[in-house]
Amino acid sequence: MASNEQTSATPEQPELRWVGTRPVRPDGVEKVTGRAKFGADLYLPSMLVGRVLRSPHPHAHTCHNPPPPYPARLYGKVLRSPHPHARIRSIDTSKAEALSGVKAVVARDDFDDLPSELVPAGEMLVNYRDMVRNVMAREKALYEGHAVAAVAATSAAVARRALSLIAVDYEPLPHVIDVRQAMEPDAPLLHEDLITTGVEPAPEAPSNIAKRVGFTLGDTETGFEQADVIVEREFTTRPVHQAYIEPHACVASVSEDDHAELWCSTQGQYVVRAFCAKLLGLDTSKLRVSASEIGGGFGGKTVVYLEPVALALARKARRPVKMVMSREEVFRASGPAPGTHVWVRMGATRDGRITAAEAVLKYQAGAFPGSPVNPGAMCAFAPYDLENVAVTGYDVVVNRPKVASYRAPGGPMSEYAVESVVDELAKTLEIDPLELRLRNAAREGTRAAYGPRFGPIGLVETLEAARDHDHYRASLASGQGRGVASGFWFNIGGESCASLHVNEDGTVTLMFGTPDIGGSRASLCSMAAEELGIDFANVQPLIADTSSLGFTFLTAGSRSTLASGLAVIEAASDAVRQLCQRAAQIWELPEASVSWQLGAAVAGAGEKGAGELRLELAEIAKLAGKTGGPIVGHAQLNVQEVAPSFGTHVVDVDVDRETGLVSIVRYTVIQDAGKAIHPSYVEGQYQGGAVQGIGWALNEEYIYGEDGLVQNPGFLDYRIPVASDVPMIDTVLVEVPNPRHPYGVRGVGETPIIPPMAAISNAVENALGMRFTELPMSPPRVLAAIEAAAETG
Amino acid sequence: MVLTGNLSQLTGGQTEVELTVATVQQLFRELGKRFPDIEPHLRDGIAVAIDGQIFQDAWLEPIPPESEVHLLPQIAGG
Repeated sequence: MASNEQTSATPEQPELRWVGTRPVRPDGVEKVTGRAKFGADLYLPSMLVGRVLRSPHPHAHTCHNPPPPYPARLYGKVLRSPHPHARIRSIDTSKAEALSGVKAVVARDDFDDLPSELVPAGEMLVNYRDMVRNVMAREKALYEGHAVAAVAATSAAVARRALSLIAVDYEPLPHVIDVRQAMEPDAPLLHEDLITTGVEPAPEAPSNIAKRVGFTLGDTETGFEQADVIVEREFTTRPVHQAYIEPHACVASVSEDDHAELWCSTQGQYVVRAFCAKLLGLDTSKLRVSASEIGGGFGGKTVVYLEPVALALARKARRPVKMVMSREEVFRASGPAPGTHVWVRMGATRDGRITAAEAVLKYQAGAFPGSPVNPGAMCAFAPYDLENVAVTGYDVVVNRPKVASYRAPGGPMSEYAVESVVDELAKTLEIDPLELRLRNAAREGTRAAYGPRFGPIGLVETLEAARDHDHYRASLASGQGRGVASGFWFNIGGESCASLHVNEDGTVTLMFGTPDIGGSRASLCSMAAEELGIDFANVQPLIADTSSLGFTFLTAGSRSTLASGLAVIEAASDAVRQLCQRAAQIWELPEASVSWQLGAAVAGAGEKGAGELRLELAEIAKLAGKTGGPIVGHAQLNVQEVAPSFGTHVVDVDVDRETGLVSIVRYTVIQDAGKAIHPSYVEGQYQGGAVQGIGWALNEEYIYGEDGLVQNPGFLDYRIPVASDVPMIDTVLVEVPNPRHPYGVRGVGETPIIPPMAAISNAVENALGMRFTELPMSPPRVLAAIEAAAETG
Repeated sequence: MVLTGNLSQLTGGQTEVELTVATVQQLFRELGKRFPDIEPHLRDGIAVAIDGQIFQDAWLEPIPPESEVHLLPQIAGG
C-alpha cells in the first residue's frame, strides 16, 4: 500500500511529531473487544439510575417502604404502510391501547402540523412540514414502509401484537417509482399542491417536479460547432441504500416536567436535538441528546426517523422507550440515495480539447422534495476546464422513502455519466483517457462550471500519479479490461466547538461534538497532541452530548477532521496561552517573555540565558489550583477554511462471459488529501468509498415490483460487497495542501465514492467492447448484453 | 458579482452586478434592495464564493475591493 509519511519540516511548519503518523486509535480497544456501545446496546435502567431518570414518586424519600423501582424500559414498534401510495381515511388505535402491556400509542394526531417553510438547521435547510409527515404519515402514506402509528409496550411481543390491532382504513392510490414516469403530465400526483420552483413563469398546475435547477457558462452552441467529435449518451442509475451495518436505534426518556433524554445512533446529536425539539414542541435546552457509537452512517444518519417517535411514546407513557429498526425497516423506510436518469453531451476537437458540455439530470427525491440534484449539477463537469457548459437538473418526488444524503450526495451519478462520456471521447479520438483528462483538467485558477475559480487543487497531481503508477502500466490478462475515472467533491466546514481540559496530572481530556465514524478521534487527538507538544496517549477524547458543549454540526460533508479539527487547534492554542500565562506568573515575568516549545513553557527563548527556565505542561497543571484554577481551552467556530478534493481511480476487471459476473481484479485509489493527519484513516476512507462504489456499480439496487413494493429489503438480495468480493484496495495519498488550513487539511470522506462507477464501467467497456449505460452492471444485466451482442453478431 | 442558475430569474435575467460592499451581510442587503424578489432567498441556503473561496453562513466575512463574488446553493454532505 502506498503511503506518504511526510512529517518533515516545511518552510512554514516545524517538524511534526504526531500529525501525519499512525498512532493506535483511542477507541480501538473498546471496539475490538465489544465494549463500545452502539445504538441498540443502551439499557436505560442501569444507565439512568444516578443520572437523569427521576423517580415517579417525587416524595418517595419520606416513605417508610423502599421506593418503587425506576420505570422499566418499554419496547417501541412502528406500524408501516403496506401501500406505496394511499390516502389514510382513518386510524383506530383503541384495541391496541386496550391491550395489556401497551403503555402508549401514537399516530398522526400526536404530532403538531408544521408550516411549509425552509428552516435552517445547522447548514441544512429543512422543511418541517415534510419532516413531520415523513416521521408519521398524515393525509397519505407516500411509500411502502411509511410510518403510520407506533406503540410502546412492556415487551417486543406485546408491541407487535398491538400493531396488529391497529385498524387503518386506506384508500390505495396509483403510484409512481421511476423518475421519468413521475415527470409525465399524467403521472400520479404525490402532492396536489406541489408547484415546480425554478421555472419562470411558475406553472399553474401541480406536478411531481419539485424544482428545476440549472446553470450555464459560455455558449454551448458555439462550443459544439467547434467540436470535431460529439458524444451523447443517456445513463440510468438505480436507487441504492447507504447500507450501514448498524440499523437505526435509540432510547428515549421524558420526565413528568418534560425534561427529555435521547441516546441514538446518529451522525449529529445536535441536529437530532433541533429536529426532535421542533417536531415535539420541546425546549431545546430540555432535550439532551447523546450519540452512541455508530456502525456506519454515510449520510443516512443525518436525519430522524425513530427518534421523535420514541420521544413521543416516552412522553405519553412517562417511561423510557427503546426502538430499533429491523434491516427490512431500514431498507423500506430510511433514506436511500436517489435513482437517476442523466443525459450528457460533450464535444471535443481532434487534438483532445473539450469544447462544450451539456447535461440534464433527473433525480428521485423520494416522497418529499429535496434530492441532491443541485450538487449533482455542480459536480458534473467540475474536473474539467471548460468554456461552454449547460446543466439542468430536476428534483422529482416519487413513491419511495425520502432520500437522504449518501457520501457526496448527488455527485456520483452525474460524474458517472460524464466520466463515461469522457472515456468514450478518448476512445473515439484515440487518445489515452488519462492524457485526455490531463489536457482538460481543472487547475488552480480554472473557472468551475458552476462559477467560481478554483484555488490550489490537486486533480492534475492525481492524474499524473495514476499515469505513473505501475498499476496503469501493468499488463492485463486475456478478457480483462482497465478503466479510469476522476471525481470531485466540495467538502464543507461549518459550526464546531471543542473544549480541552488540562487535567491536574498533565493529561488532557479533549471534548468535541462530531461523532466518530471514520477515525476522527484519532485525527483530532493527533492535532491536539501536536499543538500542545505532548504525547498522543496523554490526550483522551470525549464526544460531547448536546448539553455539554456548544452546537456542533454533523459528521458529514467530509468535515470532522477539518472543522472540528480547527476547533481543536484553536482550543489547544487557548490552553497554551493560559499555560504560558501561568508560567509567567510563577516566574514573575512578563507574559511576552514566555513561549511554548515542545510541551513546555520556556522563558527567554532566543535571548541570553534561553532555556534556563522551563516548566513542562504537567508541572504547570499540577500547580493550576494555586495559580488561578483549572486550565481549559475553548473554541467555537463556523469554519470556512474549506478546500475541495479530487481523486482518480484505476481499476482492472475480469468479466465472466458465461455468467456475466464482473470481478474486480485490481483497484487503485489516488486522491488529494491536502494533508493526511492520520494516514491510516484517510486510506480507510479511500478504500471504503471505493468498495461502496464497487457495490453501486456492480450489484446494489432497489428492485420494485409492479405493485410498487420493494422486493429485496435484506442483505441476502440487496448485495453489498463483502471482503471476499474485492481485492486489497491500493491507495496513494496525494498531498496538495489547503492553504487556508494550518496543516493543509482537505476533506477526504466523500470524493472516493465518485469515480468507481465510471471507472468500472469504462473497464467493462475495455474488456467487452460494449458500454453499459445502466447501473448496476449485475450478472443478469451483463449476461443479457453479452447474449444480445452474440445474437446480433 | 455574478448570479448563476435560478437566482438570475429573480433579477430579470441580469447575471452580473457591480456593488460597493465590504462584507457578505452588506452584499445581501444591497442585493436585496436592488432586486427585492431575491431578498427572501438570501436569508438562508445561499453560499458566497469570494474570489473562488466558498463561504457558508458567513455574514461578517470581509469582501476585499475588486473581488469576484458568486452566489451559489449551499452544499451539505453525507
